[in-house]
Amino acid sequence: MRVAWSFLLVVLLAAVAFFGADAGGQALFGVVLPYVAMVVFLVGIAARVLSWARSTVPFRIPTTCGQQRSLPWIKPASLDNPSTGRGAAARVLLEVFAFRSLFRNTRSELRPGGRFTFSPDKWLWAGALAFHYAFLVVFLRHYRFFAEPVPAVVRWIEGLDGFFQVGLPVVYLTDIVLVAALGFLLWRRLEDARLRYLSLHADYFPLALLLGIAVSGVLLRYFVRADVVRVKELAIGLVSLHPAVPQGISPLVFAHIFLVTVLIAYFPFSKLVHMAGVFLSPTRNLANDTRMRRHVNPWNPAIVGHTYAEWEHEFHDKLKASGIPLDEE
Amino acid sequence: MPEKTRDELVQIDFKPPEREWMDPAIDFEARRGTWSYPAAAKNLRYLGFPNPREWSPTDEDWQLPENWQQIIHDGLAERLNKYRSLKLFLDVCVRCGACADKCHFYLGSGDPKNMPVLRAELLRSVYRNDFTTAGRILGRIGGARKLTPAVLKEWFYYFYQCTECRRCSVFCPYGIDTAEITMLARELLNLVGLNINWVIEPVANCDRTGNHLGIQPHTFKDNIEFLVDELEDATGVRVDPSINRKGAELLFVVPSADYFAEPGIYTFMGYLLLLHALGVDYTLSAYASEGGNFGLFTSHDTIKRLNYKIYHEAKRLGVKWILGGECGHMWRVIHQYMDTMNGPADFLEPPVSPITGTAFTNAAATKMVHVCEFTADLIKHGKLRLDPARNDHLRVTFHDSCNPARAMGILEEPRYILRSVVNNFFEMPENTIREQTFCCGGGAGLGNDENMEMRLRGGLPRANAVRFVHEKHGVNRLACICAIDRAVLTTLMEYWVPEVDVSGVHELVGNALAIDGEKPRNTDLRGRPLAGGKGDADA
Ligand code: HEM
Ligand code: SF4
Ligand code: SF4
Repeated sequence: MRVAWSFLLVVLLAAVAFFGADAGGQALFGVVLPYVAMVVFLVGIAARVLSWARSTVPFRIPTTCGQQRSLPWIKPASLDNPSTGRGAAARVLLEVFAFRSLFRNTRSELRPGGRFTFSPDKWLWAGALAFHYAFLVVFLRHYRFFAEPVPAVVRWIEGLDGFFQVGLPVVYLTDIVLVAALGFLLWRRLEDARLRYLSLHADYFPLALLLGIAVSGVLLRYFVRADVVRVKELAIGLVSLHPAVPQGISPLVFAHIFLVTVLIAYFPFSKLVHMAGVFLSPTRNLANDTRMRRHVNPWNPAIVGHTYAEWEHEFHDKLKASGIPLDEE
Repeated sequence: MPEKTRDELVQIDFKPPEREWMDPAIDFEARRGTWSYPAAAKNLRYLGFPNPREWSPTDEDWQLPENWQQIIHDGLAERLNKYRSLKLFLDVCVRCGACADKCHFYLGSGDPKNMPVLRAELLRSVYRNDFTTAGRILGRIGGARKLTPAVLKEWFYYFYQCTECRRCSVFCPYGIDTAEITMLARELLNLVGLNINWVIEPVANCDRTGNHLGIQPHTFKDNIEFLVDELEDATGVRVDPSINRKGAELLFVVPSADYFAEPGIYTFMGYLLLLHALGVDYTLSAYASEGGNFGLFTSHDTIKRLNYKIYHEAKRLGVKWILGGECGHMWRVIHQYMDTMNGPADFLEPPVSPITGTAFTNAAATKMVHVCEFTADLIKHGKLRLDPARNDHLRVTFHDSCNPARAMGILEEPRYILRSVVNNFFEMPENTIREQTFCCGGGAGLGNDENMEMRLRGGLPRANAVRFVHEKHGVNRLACICAIDRAVLTTLMEYWVPEVDVSGVHELVGNALAIDGEKPRNTDLRGRPLAGGKGDADA
């Protein structure tokens, strides 16, 4: 059971930080490891993106998902089959912000008599979008810990997020959505036999880790009540490069921070690099304009095919006999 | 035809096996009917490709070069630097499974390794092992596998079980194109001499004679003359195509199947009739006598090598621009590779229709125009006299061929033509056409007889949709703009929907086209009687 191993690992990681901090490791879990992880993240992501960038794009291979631009009276699909750089940029942004391709998803079913049906299936799209946006908002809300005074935007987001004013402290909508969406993504991986078949540890671990982060965060906000003032002191110390470890922070905070630390350090070596990769995908970020403008391959090999002269030489007599014009008599 | 009946073939088991996918095991003997024969040594020798030998996938020993692992490792390293697509696609997949049930081979076979994501994992697992730190350290836990002979055999099986149709790429949130992965995996396989004859023989033929079928110039001319005679019988009009004529305005390049075998020949007759009716100054070439390019199923270098002839010949003949016939993978090459590989075509002129004066600005650089673009423009400008009632014996649907749909986007042009030349046109269900079209199951060199079971399985989703419109609207003609389609869909229909015939779009243009000097047309180009009276649409 790959999924069990992943959760076990996350629980272990949390426990290490929890007890480690309790046993006096606050500086390690609160300062040293976060810095190390940040460096690993920055260097790792930069290296990854550079390694992609170093690979050439010899051919222009957009996957065209709509009508090409051809005759003036035929309406081209300028987003799904862009013929300009701008169009291609818009296409990528649509992928990034709206998961455009995932929105096309269909579900196939084999009916009796060997008939397939294909019906739209927006669940993965909705679940993925819910998770990513909730994650983004939660991420942005955390700026309240890193800045004094808390920026207006962050307050504004918090206001929106806590709009429903349920409970005290106010329950953030995104907390619920984040956990629910992660739960859904995990559930579908386990429920669908073929997804279960193809999933690796590397697919369960990020979900387990993110769930671990979300759940420990929820505990801290609604149940265990961390000492926000001290946590903020720690956070501001970190970003201002004057780290300090205030006393009396709950070990659960360190567990939470450590899981985030692991996520950050793990990021560049995992499938999570899709965050950067989505911008560079050659089937999405190139305009479908190869017949309009020449695309240059920097290493175009000097290959010459079987030339006409060679061909005419080989078939000379047959050509002559059948009256096909020749270059040489 | 395979021994299995239709009812047997549709008993598809989608339950994944107990055995984990990381543990390869393919019994080629038991899986006859689902793989293609290896390339004959003589073809490899002619092409100068590595490791020519006689062998069979059922052999225990595949007679690989001694250092085959190193060759593949080095080949992969080289391609990771050369193709950002490959590197990125190997890195970013999240295994969300959106592509899983999009592949016709998965749908038709239930074999989980035909899910595009797992097809790619076959290579990705080796990439992890050889090129990533995590893979090196974690091994199997990190999804990494060593390249063992069993893994290599699995590559051979599954990378020659992908038609490079790109349907998966449409649905992937990162545009991961398993066709691209397959293309590069086949390049690696070629390095150690693992290839299939149905790809390599056409490549060798094309290199030598000018076309996949190995038709030599005198036979080329005979074939064309035969078709000209046939066309005269059907229409009373004698067309006069020229071959290798210098100074013509256009070079016209078609897939060789169009002048070789049914039903492509009727499409060819349609082209000739059209060009004749308009008095277009064009020539065919016996040297560049192939539009298709099986290099696409071999390696990028081979694409370039075969495609070289088209510009080379256009330059020699001194034509202004090039017109291309109906063919799927041909147009992937022309649209996405030709100019980059063999351009710039600065010896040609930006294409302008000699009849309407329309400038084909979308082909300004490559200078090659698709015959459907050409004809749609003619119809729009009212340059053709069309009598769609002459197609009233046909109830037509249109199959978007994979490459023109997903590597070009020529969706409306053929539809516009069809709506102008037939009265009864019906679309197949939405999720099976346009960019979501289903493959014929026999592209990328898989359209051979020994692979028949897999072809029929892979073609099932397409056949299903045809059957749907056949039952609902009485459709009896499947039109398409691809030469491979015309060949393999014919077989597919015979098996799954025998009431339906296959044809090119220009065959239907040829049926409907009224020309000066024609005799009263009471048959179509196939010699079949037309429907009762004209306008007698719904018989
Ligand atoms: C530009 C930013 C990003 C984009 C466009 C993006 C897009 C996507 C898409 C389209 C999917 C596939 C759907 C799915 O499986 O849920 C996905 C999956 C995933 N993303 Fe992102 N993502 C981004 C950033 C991130 C970040 C920052 C994280 C983590 C902190 C993340 C974590 C994940 C995870 C864990 C999955 C897999 C979910 C599963 O296993 O089902 N993504 N992402
Ligand atoms: S759709 Fe794309 S990201 Fe999802 S499993 Fe398939 S290839 Fe991977
Ligand atoms: S390219 Fe087509 S055949 Fe190949 S994996 Fe994708 S959907 Fe299947």
